[in-house]
Amino acid sequence: MNDFDVLVLGGGPAGLSAAIYLARGKRRVCLLDRGTVGGQVLLTHAVANYPGIPERSGYEIAAAMRAQAVEFGCEIVSNVTIESVDLRPDTKSIHTAKGVYTARAVVLAMGGAPRTLELESEARLQGRGISYCATCDGDFFQDQDILVVGGGNSALEEAVALTKYASSVTVVHQFDHFQAYAHAVAEAQNNHRISFRMESVVEEFVGDDTLTGAVIRHVPTGETKRIDATGAFVLIGYVPRTESVAECVVINERGEIVADEAMATSVPGVFVAGDARAKRYRQITTAVGDGTIAALSAMEYLEAKLRSPA
Amino acid sequence: MTLPTGLEHVATADELTSLIAETEHVMVCCGRMGPMCVPVYGVMEDLRDSGDYAHVEFRDMLFDSPESHVIRDLPECSSFRGLPFTVYFKNGSVVAATSSIQSAEQIKAQLDQHFSG
Ligand SMILES: Cc1cc2nc3c(=O)[nH]c(=O)nc-3n(C[C@H](O)[C@H](O)[C@H](O)COP(=O)(O)OP(=O)(O)OC[C@H]3O[C@@H](n4cnc5c(N)ncnc54)[C@H](O)[C@@H]3O)c2cc1C
Repeated sequence: MNDFDVLVLGGGPAGLSAAIYLARGKRRVCLLDRGTVGGQVLLTHAVANYPGIPERSGYEIAAAMRAQAVEFGCEIVSNVTIESVDLRPDTKSIHTAKGVYTARAVVLAMGGAPRTLELESEARLQGRGISYCATCDGDFFQDQDILVVGGGNSALEEAVALTKYASSVTVVHQFDHFQAYAHAVAEAQNNHRISFRMESVVEEFVGDDTLTGAVIRHVPTGETKRIDATGAFVLIGYVPRTESVAECVVINERGEIVADEAMATSVPGVFVAGDARAKRYRQITTAVGDGTIAALSAMEYLEAKLRSPA
Repeated sequence: MTLPTGLEHVATADELTSLIAETEHVMVCCGRMGPMCVPVYGVMEDLRDSGDYAHVEFRDMLFDSPESHVIRDLPECSSFRGLPFTVYFKNGSVVAATSSIQSAEQIKAQLDQHFSG
């Protein structure tokens, strides 16, 4: 039987911090992750703003957090398929491909995932011209014409970075203005290798075995045009991964889980931490802070339950 | 030159050649320590540790090593433009190859389809 005091759903910095506090507080805790433990930190080549840690790769930071949680006694189950969750009863259960896990309290820390355009051609050509990581795949596009889809800080910064390799970068953005810092916009606009297609969206990526271009639609006029490109970097932000619990806890219109200062959700015994929570700033430090509060609140909840079991 | 993962590494082209000659089922993930690659190594470590794929040898290889030409230059990888390059060898021949990040489900589907126990 996989019965614990607390289950943590998601093993990014928020979930790992919660697990470290809970395990160190002598609670039986199991962390379940549907992917590889580390979360978005694994997407980060160099983390330079985590206090006390000089610049380090995201992989190293995630590995250290994981080792710390395991050392304190946390059980970790990664790459597990989560089939369903039942959070309302006093005993919460999470059904997975590896069995049912139960506990009196749960910390939700499912974080976020890169937003995709949800085009069939995008999925088909991923790794064959379509990428979500300029730092990883930029060097495959030496002296080639490429697209960057998006108009936020990441899109503009990566567009500039990609000019190290590509002969031209076309930024395709759906609005008539950018959602980025002025310096990021200025740097992109002043780069002679970058051009812009504003108020435009990708209708379809083109290519059989590899990407050869994209059909772009100008939103105000509806006019479509094919642009030749061998690479396309889709950098259009992140979405909270809360779909698996949307039926159980209150979420807002952006899909984020609503919680109070103690990280308590609308369901007693269910806490939330990190990027999955409705909040303004999403950083490793804020995820770690949320995870700490969620763990301490979960312990307080369990103690109160012990005092008044009814 | 190897990657700092928990997997066993293939360091040279010769090593890979003898491994696939001597072993029926080999999965090699050739990449860097980047965001698209690390999750794949994680899935491979979990599958190895689960014992469900004891008949498969899981290995990684550093993409930036000159020795990785043995993966990079495979015809099956010629259209690849995203790391990692993951190649499945059965009895010394390539039976499948994928480019870019793959989920546990996608990797298990390849293993189940090509490497029956
Ligand atoms: C490219 C990039 C660079 C960044 N750089 C920095 C930086 O330099 N400094 C900084 O402070 N912040 C940075 N951030 C932001 C920071 O990484 C996030 O704010 C932080 O990782 C959020 O932590 P989290 O634990 O809430 O979620 P995540 O890190 O997203 O982790 C969530 C985990 O939950 C798992 N999961 C999802 N759904 C389920 C489910 N249903 N069941 C089980 N498990 C599930 C996922 O597999 C994942 O492992 C960066 C983000 C990105 C994308």
